[in-house]
Amino acid sequence: MSSRAQVYLLSFIFIFIGIGLTIYKNSELEFPLLPGERKAIWTVEAKIEFKATDKPVTVSFALPHNPPEMGILDEDFTASGYGFGWDSNQQERRAQWAKRKAKGKQVLFYKVQVFQQSGISQVEADIPPTETKVPDLSPSLKTTISQLVTYVYNRSADNTTFATELIRLINDKEPIEDVQLLLGNQGLSKTRLALNALALANVPARVARGLRLEDGRRNQKLTTLIEIFDTDHWVFLNPKTGQKGLPDNFILWQRGGSSLLDVEGGENSKVSFSIIKNSQPAKSFAILHGAENQAALVDFSIYSLPIEQQNVFKSILLVPIGAIVVVLMRILVGVKTSGTFMPILIAIAFIETTLFTGLIIFLVIVSIGLFIRSYLSRLNLLLVARISAVVIVVISIMAGMSILSHKLGISEAMSVTFFPMIILAWTIERMSILWEEEGPKEVFTQGGGSLLVATLAYLLMTNQYVEHLTFNFPELLLALLGCIILLGQYTGYRLTELRRFQPLAED
Amino acid sequence: MFFAKPSKLRRKGILGMNKRNVSYIAKYNPRSLYPLVDNKLKTKLVAETAKVSTPRLLHTIEYQHEIKQLGDVVNQYDGFVIKPSQGSGGKGILVITERNAEGFFKPSGETLTLSDIKRHVSNILSGLHSLGGKPDVAMIEALVQFDPVFDRYSYEGVPDIRVIVFKGFPVMAMLRLSTHESDGKANLHQGAVGVGLNLADGKALCAVQSNRPVDEHPDTGSHFETLQVPHWDKILHLASSCYDMTRLGYLGADIVLDQQLGPLLLELNARPGLAIQVANNTGLEPRLKHIETMKKHGFSVDQRVQYSQQQFGIL
Repeated sequence: MSSRAQVYLLSFIFIFIGIGLTIYKNSELEFPLLPGERKAIWTVEAKIEFKATDKPVTVSFALPHNPPEMGILDEDFTASGYGFGWDSNQQERRAQWAKRKAKGKQVLFYKVQVFQQSGISQVEADIPPTETKVPDLSPSLKTTISQLVTYVYNRSADNTTFATELIRLINDKEPIEDVQLLLGNQGLSKTRLALNALALANVPARVARGLRLEDGRRNQKLTTLIEIFDTDHWVFLNPKTGQKGLPDNFILWQRGGSSLLDVEGGENSKVSFSIIKNSQPAKSFAILHGAENQAALVDFSIYSLPIEQQNVFKSILLVPIGAIVVVLMRILVGVKTSGTFMPILIAIAFIETTLFTGLIIFLVIVSIGLFIRSYLSRLNLLLVARISAVVIVVISIMAGMSILSHKLGISEAMSVTFFPMIILAWTIERMSILWEEEGPKEVFTQGGGSLLVATLAYLLMTNQYVEHLTFNFPELLLALLGCIILLGQYTGYRLTELRRFQPLAED
Repeated sequence: MFFAKPSKLRRKGILGMNKRNVSYIAKYNPRSLYPLVDNKLKTKLVAETAKVSTPRLLHTIEYQHEIKQLGDVVNQYDGFVIKPSQGSGGKGILVITERNAEGFFKPSGETLTLSDIKRHVSNILSGLHSLGGKPDVAMIEALVQFDPVFDRYSYEGVPDIRVIVFKGFPVMAMLRLSTHESDGKANLHQGAVGVGLNLADGKALCAVQSNRPVDEHPDTGSHFETLQVPHWDKILHLASSCYDMTRLGYLGADIVLDQQLGPLLLELNARPGLAIQVANNTGLEPRLKHIETMKKHGFSVDQRVQYSQQQFGIL
């Protein structure tokens, strides 16, 4: 195969893979193509407080388990000095913290990030309940409740209608005598009364606890719901309103099970919840979600690196954008720059300093540097020593600029430190020699060309869409590589040549 | 019009930088042969074996400590040229035409002291002018006694003849004359005058300065109409034989005319520029294509020169 055909094949393969992966990531893994798409994520923090009594402590805490209509993104357990484990004795999911000895107030945290997941209404299989236990009640109480049950039974058709009617009666503004008696004299809570009545009526029922998700709430308590089993599925009922089903923005924390929290070796235990809603970029959502589902593209990607390294890559991945600007400006336009890739380095510095400040700083450093370099050239120094001297001069200028601007209150100029000083020193040296050998005109052409390319690269590299695409779709680099390889074969005229050879085109 | 239409340039066969790089340099100049031309010392050695005449090498300096003896070396000669062996584009070339008690004189009349020259040599050794800052070797060459034929056309500098040689065939030539504007340098983009030469006989075809056609040298006022480069066949012969000596398919040979020694090869360039097209007011491509499509010929240097003169010369 000829080298030209190879180039076309190779570049088209690269472009195809790059764009193909991007489309896959967008459509399958739901990575947004544009920045700024957001998705609501609720962060719920459970704070467990208790007073330890100088004995071994075991804390067992119920955790949400496949909550319906909600997906769990991330969980975090914080308790200093406590060992953490799963309490797997029971059917439900429980966290267990333990410590050999503790005294005084103890605070443990459990943090969970959840998001609304539509379409999945019931994750947990509808397991029929085990045999219902008739509660241990005093004979008088039992009689009264039985009366209520009979009353409600006659006015219902099945378990669900029975339960809703029961709850309606319990919550009635003017309750019937039996209910009045039970709530008032016996001191039963509405929920307890309902549960007892359901048990006596042989309706399988259990308590479910959940949390209403409201942004910015602190010290929230769990809301109790009653679940009853009707022929083949569980039905949620609000014991206070009789409302069927789960409320909106509600995370079910615990179904069935005995207690929410068990503390051994402590007293006055208490759980409170705080909730924050943050709308996270859809991208970070996709990453978390993808990592959860072990999508290989996400699992073996930059996102698996620590945040610090990710940030480094964020800027490294922008370098190819600078490179393609250089390629385009060189091959298609024909701009002369001083040093092929120096403009990219300047552009990277501009990203830190912002464009305008960066341009000023660059011009100031290079002009002062050139001035001092012209003096150094009269001192007969060896080259390496001279460049080293220029490096020190550049550093001094940088320090001077920083201090001066700080004193003057111009904070922008302090970002001068982001300029790569060795590169600046070499630039000064090269421009100084250019000045001596080819005259100032060439220095301005090349210096101006460098700044022009750097500015263009900067504008592109700081474009939020470009930034978003390079970081989130690094596979686009392959497409870029393909384009660059294609450009490497371009044999047409450069824009500047159309000007240069313009006299030749005249007849 | 400010910009030329690409189609028009293509029709005229103007070679662009991208095409030169991809279709000629990358294709016909194997990388392994570059050191031969990038290192002038090597070029000189090869030229010697190939019996291609070049200016005489007087001395080389490789290490900084040798600079101490520089005075003893240069004091033997009235005029000499110091150049880095790996410099490109004429960078770092120092020409001394005269020497007296006061010091050394550049063609422009500027005086240099011995320590100025020592510093220059030291810079060369440090790699200031070489590609990528590699340590370099300084060469001291005999000063060319320029053929007075160009006296009327040269100002403060060195006139040289650039011949583009493609696969051994001279395809285009120009004479480069320094001007006041170019500060004694023969680089066209710095304001030197480029005179296109007729391959058939070495007569001036047309001349340009800074892309504008000119009829006379801006400093001396001499007309180019009557200009004819002497020893023309010898010059083409010299340029053409550089192909056999280096095997580089696409190269530029810079030749100077010495009063006594005749044409001397000054240096070779594996990436010759495209300004020669402007000086000749003709595109290079049709000529390159012509050579490219030729069948295996087995021509000798003489035959190649003759062929080029017939094909590309204007009679």
